[in-house]
Amino acid sequence: MYSALKGRHRIALKGRYPIALKGRHPKAPGALKKLTLQKTALNRKKEPAIVEAVKMDLHLKPYDHFVLDNHIPVYAIEAGTQDVMQVELVFFAGNSYEDQNLVASATNAMLKNGTSKKSAFEISEYVDFYGAYLSTNCYNETATVTLHCLTRYLPDLLPLINEMVSDPVFPEQELEIYKMNMKQRLEVNLKKCDVVAERLIDEHLYGAEHPYGKNSSIEAYNALQVDQLKTFFERYYRNGTCIAFCAGHLPADIAPLLNKYIGTLPVSEQKPKEKSLIYRPSAEKKFRVMNDPSGVQGAIRIGRPFPSRHHPDYQKVQVLNTLFGGFFGSRLMSNIREDKGYTYGIFSFIQNHINDTALVISTEAGRDVCEAAIKEVYLEMKRLRDESVPAEELDLVRNYLMGTILGDLDGPFHIISRWKNIILSGLDDKYFYRFIDIIRNVTPAELQELANKYYRDDDFYELVVI
Amino acid sequence: MIKYDRFQLSNGLRVLVHHDENTPMVVVDVMYDVGARDENPGKTGFAHLFEHLMFGGSVHIPEYDEPLQRAGGENNAYTTNDLTNYYCSLPADNIETAFWLESDRMLSLAFSKKSLDVQRKVVVEEFREHYINKPYGDVWHQLRALAYHVHPYRWMTIGKEVSHIEEATLEDVKGFFAKHYTPANAILVVAGNITTDKVKALAEKWFGNIPGGVRYNRELPMEPEQTSARKKEIHADVPLDAFYKCWHMSGRLDKRYYMADLASDILGGSSSSRLYQRLVKEKKLFSQIGCHHFGSIDAGLMAIEGKLIKGVDMLAAEAAVEEELTQMKNELPSEKELQKVKNKTESMMAFEDMSLTNRANSLANYELLGDAGLMNSELGRYLEVTAGDIREECSRIFQESNSSTLYYFSKK
Repeated sequence: MYSALKGRHRIALKGRYPIALKGRHPKAPGALKKLTLQKTALNRKKEPAIVEAVKMDLHLKPYDHFVLDNHIPVYAIEAGTQDVMQVELVFFAGNSYEDQNLVASATNAMLKNGTSKKSAFEISEYVDFYGAYLSTNCYNETATVTLHCLTRYLPDLLPLINEMVSDPVFPEQELEIYKMNMKQRLEVNLKKCDVVAERLIDEHLYGAEHPYGKNSSIEAYNALQVDQLKTFFERYYRNGTCIAFCAGHLPADIAPLLNKYIGTLPVSEQKPKEKSLIYRPSAEKKFRVMNDPSGVQGAIRIGRPFPSRHHPDYQKVQVLNTLFGGFFGSRLMSNIREDKGYTYGIFSFIQNHINDTALVISTEAGRDVCEAAIKEVYLEMKRLRDESVPAEELDLVRNYLMGTILGDLDGPFHIISRWKNIILSGLDDKYFYRFIDIIRNVTPAELQELANKYYRDDDFYELVVI
Repeated sequence: MIKYDRFQLSNGLRVLVHHDENTPMVVVDVMYDVGARDENPGKTGFAHLFEHLMFGGSVHIPEYDEPLQRAGGENNAYTTNDLTNYYCSLPADNIETAFWLESDRMLSLAFSKKSLDVQRKVVVEEFREHYINKPYGDVWHQLRALAYHVHPYRWMTIGKEVSHIEEATLEDVKGFFAKHYTPANAILVVAGNITTDKVKALAEKWFGNIPGGVRYNRELPMEPEQTSARKKEIHADVPLDAFYKCWHMSGRLDKRYYMADLASDILGGSSSSRLYQRLVKEKKLFSQIGCHHFGSIDAGLMAIEGKLIKGVDMLAAEAAVEEELTQMKNELPSEKELQKVKNKTESMMAFEDMSLTNRANSLANYELLGDAGLMNSELGRYLEVTAGDIREECSRIFQESNSSTLYYFSKK
C-alpha cells in the first residue's frame, strides 16, 4: 500500500501516542511557576479568538459517476495537487463468501502471483518500474485490487490490472510459498498479546462461524488447494460483481481508459448472494489468558455487540464514543494514561464492519495494572451513564470532530475513502451531512440516554491476554 | 515543485512558509535540533521523554491540547536519534491558536512534577509495548550496540534501558529545555492556506521576543572505521530463527548516501527486489527479507534482516545473502533495474507530498539538514547516480570487516 512506503527521511516514527489516536486532554498540572521574562505587551494567557469549527461549512466533494460497458459502476473524485492517482476495484469476494476458511484471502493475494502471460516476478517488476504500488486486500464482504500510480503511467498499468483480474493462473508453487510464509508470519504474531487478544475478542463477540469472528490457523493454511482458489475466482471475480473507485489527478480520458481495460471484464451485474450470518457469541463474558508467562504487559479488550451504520443511534454514539475514548482528549485517555500512567494509549472504537458490528475498548497496559485499568474503564462508563456530559466538554468534542473531518476531507484519497464507506454500506448521499448535523446538535440528555443503553457493564465481553 | 519562502527572526528562529490555497487547513510544524544522539550516555531516552513533557503545560498555558482541539486542531510529535518534531494541523482561520501554543512552550514549560511522574510511566509502557513485549523487539538495541562503540547512535531513541527513564529528574528536564529548546535551535514551518506576510506578522508577534538562546554546538564523537567483523548470537523464546546484518554507510548529506539508498532499493525495497525474488521465491530460504537503512544524519547503517524458513541453516542463509552482495559488488545493475528504483523514488516523493503535513515536515527536515532547497533538488541527486556508482558504493559498504551480524535463534 502506498501509505506503507518509506519516506524521504526514513523516519522511524515514534509518535507521541499510538497513531490510531488523535488529540489529548491532560489534567490541570497545578500551579504554574512564575518566570521573570522580558517585558512584553503581549498577553500570553489570553487565547486568540477562534472561529468555532462547528460553525464551519463542511462539504464532502460529490463524486462523478459513470457506468462502464459491462455495467461496472465507477465513482471518481478529481482533486489534488500532485500528479498521482489511485484506482481501486472492489469485488464482492470477501471471506463472507468462502466455504472454507482463508480461501477468499488466498485467492485475493494470489491475483498478483502470476497470469498466463506474466510470472509473479514479472508483475511486480512491471509495477515497480512505473513507480507504482499495487496492493490486494481481503475484507469480510469485499476484496480489493488497488493501484496507486503517477497519473501519466495509468495507460501502461491498466492492462496489467485487467490481466490480473481476468487471467490469473494460481501457480501451485506460488501457493506453497504463500502458505509457508503466512504460517511463519502467523507463528510470530501469535506470540504477541495484542494480536491474540484481537483474535479472541472477535471470536467471543461473533462466534467462530461468523465471518467477523473467524481467524486464520496453521491448519486452515495447510488445507488450502489451488483448485479451491480457482473455483472461488470463477465464481466471485470472473463471474462476480465489481465496483470501481478512482481518485486523484485523473487523466482527461479516464472514462474511455477504464472502459477499455475494466469495462471489458466478464463480470455480472448481480451481487452474489451472501451466506446467512451465524452469530454465536460466547456464553461466558470474562476471560484471562496467559499466552506468554514472561510478558510484561497485558492486552485488554472490552467489547459489546453494536448495530450497523443503518441504525439511528450509530452516529450519535460516534460522538459519545469520541468523548469516551475516541481521541487523545477522551476520558479514557485522560484518566488511564494522563492521570494514572497505566498505558501508552487507550481507545474505544466501533469496528468498521458493514453489518452488525461491535464497540470495543482496547489497550495494552502494564501487567500488574491491567485489573486496575479495567476498573477505571467501568468507572468511566458509569460516569457516562450517571452524569450528564458538561456542555464545555461536549463543545470541545464537537469542535474537535469538525476540525478533524475538515482536515480529513483534504486530499482525494481521503474523500474517496469516505464515499467508499458510504456506498459499500448501502447508505445514502446525505449520510455525511446527517453526521455533521448530529455533531452540532446532539444534546447531553441524548448522550446520557445512549450511555445507559450501550455502556452497561454487563453487556461487555472482557479479555486480558498476557 | 514545492514553493516556499524563508526568513529568520532576530532571535535566530528560522521560518519557512509554504503557501497552498487548495486546502482549508494550515500545518504548523516546529522542529528542534535535538535528538537521542545528544543525550548523556547515562541518561538515554531523555529526548523522547522530554517530547512527552512538552505537552504537560507551558508557562502561561496550563493545557496544550484543549485549546487546540477547541480550535478544531490536532497534533502529534515524534523524536528520532537526530531531531524532535512537533506538528499540529488546524483550520486556517484559527492559525493564531497554534502560534500562541507553540510560542509559549518555546518560551518556557510549566515543569510540572505530576506531568513528569505520569509521563515517565507512560514512556516505560511505550518501551515495554514496542521493545520488550514483542518477539525480536530487542534486535536494534543489540545491533546498535554492536555496530557503534563510540557514537551515540549506539542506543535507540527510546533509550538504552528502562531505568534511565525511571530515574529522570525535574532538574534534568529543566537543563535539557534551557540547552536545546530555544529559537536558535528551532525551525518553524507553516504550510497551507496562509500568506508569507501574515506568517511574518504572527511569527514576530508570538516568537519575536523569546530570548534566542545559544546555538547548540554539537561535538559528537565520530565512529572510527570498523576494521573487523563483529558477530553476536542470541537465543530467545521466538518461533523462528532470524538473521540480521548491518554495515556502516555514509551520512545523510554525503553524495554517497544516494547511491546507498538506491542500492538498498535494488536489494530489498519491494517484491521485485533481488533479495525477495532470489531468497524468498527462488531459493526458499527466508519467509521474509528486506534491506533498508536508517537515513540518519551522521554516518548510518545499512541493514538486511530476514526470518528463516524453518529448518534452514543460519550459515547457509547468510551465505546466500552474501552471494547477492557479491554480485552487487562485482556486476553492474542493469539500466532497467536502476531506472526502476529511480522511478520508484520519484513516485514516492510525489505521493508523500500529497499530504500538507508531510510537505511541512519535509521542509523542516531539509532546513535542519542545512538546505530547504533540497525539497525540490534532491530528486536530481538520485537521478545522477550511475550503475557504476552503485557497484562502487556496494563494494565500499558490503565488506565483511565493516559488518555486524546478529544471529537470532529460536530457543525451541
